[in-house]
Amino acid sequence: MPVFLTRLSRVRELPVAVAFVTLVAITATLNPRFLLPQSVKDLLLNATIIAILAAGQAMVIISRNVDLSVGSILGLSGFATGTLFALFPDIPIVLVFLAGIALGAALGAFNGILVVTAGVPSLVITLGTLYVFRGLNNAWAGGTEHFSGDRPKEFSNLSVDTVFGLPIITLLAFAVIAAMAVYLAKFRSGRDFYAIGSDPDAARLFGIPVGRRVLTAFVINGALAGLAGVLYASRFSSVGARTGTGIELDVVAAVVVGGVAIFGGSGTVVGAAIGAFLLTTITSALTALRVDKFWQQAVVGALIISAIVIDRVSTLRNARRLRLEQARESFPALNEGEGR
Amino acid sequence: MTGVTSEIGASKIWQRINVRDVAMLGVLVIVIVINSFARENFASTTTVGYLLLDAIPIMMLALPMTFIIISAEIDLSVASIVGISAATIGALVLREENMVVAALSGVGVGVLAGAFNGFLVAYLGLPSLAATIGTLALYRGLALVIIGDASVGSFPETWTSFVQGKLGGTGVPTVTIAVLLFIGLAIIVLHYSPFGRGLFALGHSQDAARFVGVKVEHAKFWLFVASGLVAGLVGLYWALRYGSARSDSAAGLELTVIAAVLLGGVSIFGGRGSIPGVVIAVLLVATITYGFRLQRISDVVLVMITGGLLIASVTAPNYYQRIRERWRLISRAKASPAD
Amino acid sequence: MENLTPVLLLADAAKSFGSVVALANGRIDLQKGEVHALVGENGAGKSTLVKILAGVHAHDSGTFEVAGARVKFRSVADSKAQGISVIYQEPTLFPDLTVAENLFIGRQPKGRSGLISQSSMRQRARTLFAQLGVPIDPDRLAEGLSIADQQIIEIAKAISLDAQVLVMDEPTAALSGSEVDRLFQVVRSLQEKGVAILFISHRFDEVFAISDRITVMRDGSYIGTWNTRETDSNAIVREMVGREITTLFPKEDAAIGEVVLDVRDLTREGVFRNVSLSVSQGEIVGLAGLVGSGRTEVARAIFGVDAYDSGSVLLAGKSLKPGDPKAAIRGGIGFVPEDRRKQGLVLELPVGRNIALTLRNFLARLGVISQSSERSHAKDWGDQLQVKASSLESGVATLSGGNQQKVVLAKWLSTKPSLLIVDEPTRGIDVGTKAEVHRRLSDLAKAGVAVLMISSELPEVLGMSDRIYVMNEGQIRAEISRGKATPENVMEAATSRQKVVG
Repeated sequence: MPVFLTRLSRVRELPVAVAFVTLVAITATLNPRFLLPQSVKDLLLNATIIAILAAGQAMVIISRNVDLSVGSILGLSGFATGTLFALFPDIPIVLVFLAGIALGAALGAFNGILVVTAGVPSLVITLGTLYVFRGLNNAWAGGTEHFSGDRPKEFSNLSVDTVFGLPIITLLAFAVIAAMAVYLAKFRSGRDFYAIGSDPDAARLFGIPVGRRVLTAFVINGALAGLAGVLYASRFSSVGARTGTGIELDVVAAVVVGGVAIFGGSGTVVGAAIGAFLLTTITSALTALRVDKFWQQAVVGALIISAIVIDRVSTLRNARRLRLEQARESFPALNEGEGR
Repeated sequence: MTGVTSEIGASKIWQRINVRDVAMLGVLVIVIVINSFARENFASTTTVGYLLLDAIPIMMLALPMTFIIISAEIDLSVASIVGISAATIGALVLREENMVVAALSGVGVGVLAGAFNGFLVAYLGLPSLAATIGTLALYRGLALVIIGDASVGSFPETWTSFVQGKLGGTGVPTVTIAVLLFIGLAIIVLHYSPFGRGLFALGHSQDAARFVGVKVEHAKFWLFVASGLVAGLVGLYWALRYGSARSDSAAGLELTVIAAVLLGGVSIFGGRGSIPGVVIAVLLVATITYGFRLQRISDVVLVMITGGLLIASVTAPNYYQRIRERWRLISRAKASPAD
Repeated sequence: MENLTPVLLLADAAKSFGSVVALANGRIDLQKGEVHALVGENGAGKSTLVKILAGVHAHDSGTFEVAGARVKFRSVADSKAQGISVIYQEPTLFPDLTVAENLFIGRQPKGRSGLISQSSMRQRARTLFAQLGVPIDPDRLAEGLSIADQQIIEIAKAISLDAQVLVMDEPTAALSGSEVDRLFQVVRSLQEKGVAILFISHRFDEVFAISDRITVMRDGSYIGTWNTRETDSNAIVREMVGREITTLFPKEDAAIGEVVLDVRDLTREGVFRNVSLSVSQGEIVGLAGLVGSGRTEVARAIFGVDAYDSGSVLLAGKSLKPGDPKAAIRGGIGFVPEDRRKQGLVLELPVGRNIALTLRNFLARLGVISQSSERSHAKDWGDQLQVKASSLESGVATLSGGNQQKVVLAKWLSTKPSLLIVDEPTRGIDVGTKAEVHRRLSDLAKAGVAVLMISSELPEVLGMSDRIYVMNEGQIRAEISRGKATPENVMEAATSRQKVVG
């Protein structure tokens, strides 16, 4: 088998990319209205927010951690956006973006510091902060909701206007994802995340500043969640106390489906982003195929499970193949016949 | 040996309870006292009744969760199993089915869901964190498919009054007896049975456990089945207690359960923990919740406190240890100055 | 000896951890381009010495010079900066990264744009491997690489760091015959480049095949250094042990009874093939061979921790269910595994719990374990084996290697097995406890228990076994009885590619 193909088959992003293309193809064939510009735009808009969250989460998961509090961070950032516009109608939009990102980064730092210094799994820590941040959101917002009417037209238009057929916020997402992809692949400190996720103890031994890197991952993830919150306020009509509740599940699903191993060490931001697009496409596809909307969540769950099972089965297959290969090399007698 | 384990062999019952559990018990008492002062009728039978009725689902779910976390796994799908069971029951009742049939089906669905979890984790070897995130979504989704938007409330009087009924004038719900039995069973199995001994070993080291004859896959599979069974029962309870079965019944409950279990001293790494600790933790969380509600403090603050408690309970021991180590090094350096 | 400044000199080095003296008086000097072997029994202080060289620990006292200049390492990075590279028994590669990335972790070559250049990384990796004469694909993931390949990659890493000193800890422990040959070729090529190589080994045939000088350590102290050509293995062993070997392993005669274990044509694809052996009451049967010959795998398959593809295992005439350790234990088999810390014990549990773990079912009445009977049971067996621990509640992790092994023995002996399988029973144990363990095994045999003993220590195998099976590359090559066994014919069978007759 040509080397190129073997190498391609090992690309972790392949399954999800293929799935994405297949899904779009099948749906479009069965319902051509699926590919109308308006529906494509809606799809991209919906996917944008999850894709940004998935990119940040991928970084965290690659380093063998997880951040379950992203939904709460998004909610806080979204509500902050609404509040800022409501209080200061003339506030420069850029400032609002910065505020949201900064808020997210601060919350991410809180997570990161606890994870790094407490020696407790991030699953537990972020489970707790999911609660704490959501509580803050509730306490702050109460029953108040901010509506898009209070926000400047230009801000909401970010989700409406397109450049080259793509909504502005989607382009923003692409830029962010590209930047992260380059960082993780082409910078020494970026490669460190993979080492940490693959074997944290060995990483420490090699002098990789594990604590600093993990903290960075959480801060960046938080910042991206903050950004996503601002974009949420642009895209959706209302932000309140319950904004972003439960979104962490979709994010983790996107990341896992996108080929990022749950135990860290492998996968890419691009894969996670494709996973995000795949997941949002399914929702739209199901509607386009006139499948009962009640099936949507079940399908998401089934997808996550399939992704993990496929990954596991192929890992087992590879391990077995390697074992036999090695045995053939080291124990030639065993495989030729009775000790010749 | 350091740690929060209370499973070291000791012949006297009072030697078994460790410092952490006692401290938690103390906090629980303090909380009750504070609440009694703050609100006249706190220490009344009505309170106890409602408090326990609310605490029961968490308590029940926390029992198998304790076993699972001790075996170094986790089950994030429990609340979704409650949901799918409740949805099944509701859907069948909607279709004019016999309540007994509905109840059995609901619990049966729970068992099946647990078995699927067990299959994925024990036999396919999937990491339980990822697998149960998947089934969390899958089961909740299926619940939606089964019952749709409907909210079913028309359950037979006999069933609902039994679940909501109290023992005599004490205010204690009748079903508490069943819960106590479950707790007793859990204590015996975890702390006094060969299976329990094997489980603690398994949680620390699967290899070493295999070498002493623990059937690792077997054990994990049945733990997940048990979790599903209990979740199914809770689904039935939920439908009857709240008089409604919906697709989002018990949504988000898994976090409270896990928070309570970890608060109760069970180590997320596996191999350590005790049922008494978890029971106290659940009661603590339930009491605080209820007390806050009476005070009209919003659930919001409560949610934050639960989260904060969770973080504190898992990080405090580490920080404490770290400080002790630092202290020891400092005093040793003072005593014998090196080059 | 030539009077050149040594590349590395460590003299009168001492290191203690609290009250435990790990190294009393260590010494090593390395010349440019020499291959130097460091030998000594377990506990002689070799690994502490290596850790000092590696920068993991700082020596408490003594002289440490690299190329004539005094040094004191505060970290592993310091040691690497001075040109010292250490390769441990278990190489640590990142399984999810490619070989090339593993080579250059932390110092990946950059291209003109300032970004990492994958192609240049790949190129450099290929060059390194070509230098070593070992073709490994730089783009493959490190996952699943054999230990031998991982070692080569670690060596390549060392070269790329311009190492002047390469330290290897038991490098051939997990290697098969052909892999050892390949490693030696690499070592020789490094030698030609002027790299000084220090390696720790227990295998005298290798030590004498490849080293220029040998340094012996015993009980934490430097004993002496000899030119390899001017000495022989007997002399070295005498220096290592400080006493005659034969007195150490007293296997007393025992009446041989019925066949307890009967293994026929056991095969596991790619691991072992057509293994047949038997052990009778009163016998200690040794299973000898080099590491990697498949002995542990056979034992694990017999006990049920691993599966096998074909063949049968009969216990006292009855077929034993494969893949079921619980059934094996019920049938009367005990297994003291190779890895004491990860398989033989649960380190996080206290001594008492560990001992009582095997009989947890037995101790239960109506499904409930009586705490008091558990404690008394554990105490009994702990005492019988003379486990030195402050109490039953002490963490088993705090015990010495020898005492830990006693705990493992206690836990298995308490099940009153009819067959006891022991895998490397005295590895990593001090000499005194070693003798105790041997005496215990001998007593067991006298009491009618059948013992299957896997061991890589030739003196132990020769001294303790009534019969010896020798394995190599997954097959049994010879069966030798006590009277006829010599180090030579055992070694010959252990390295043979064919069945050895007689």
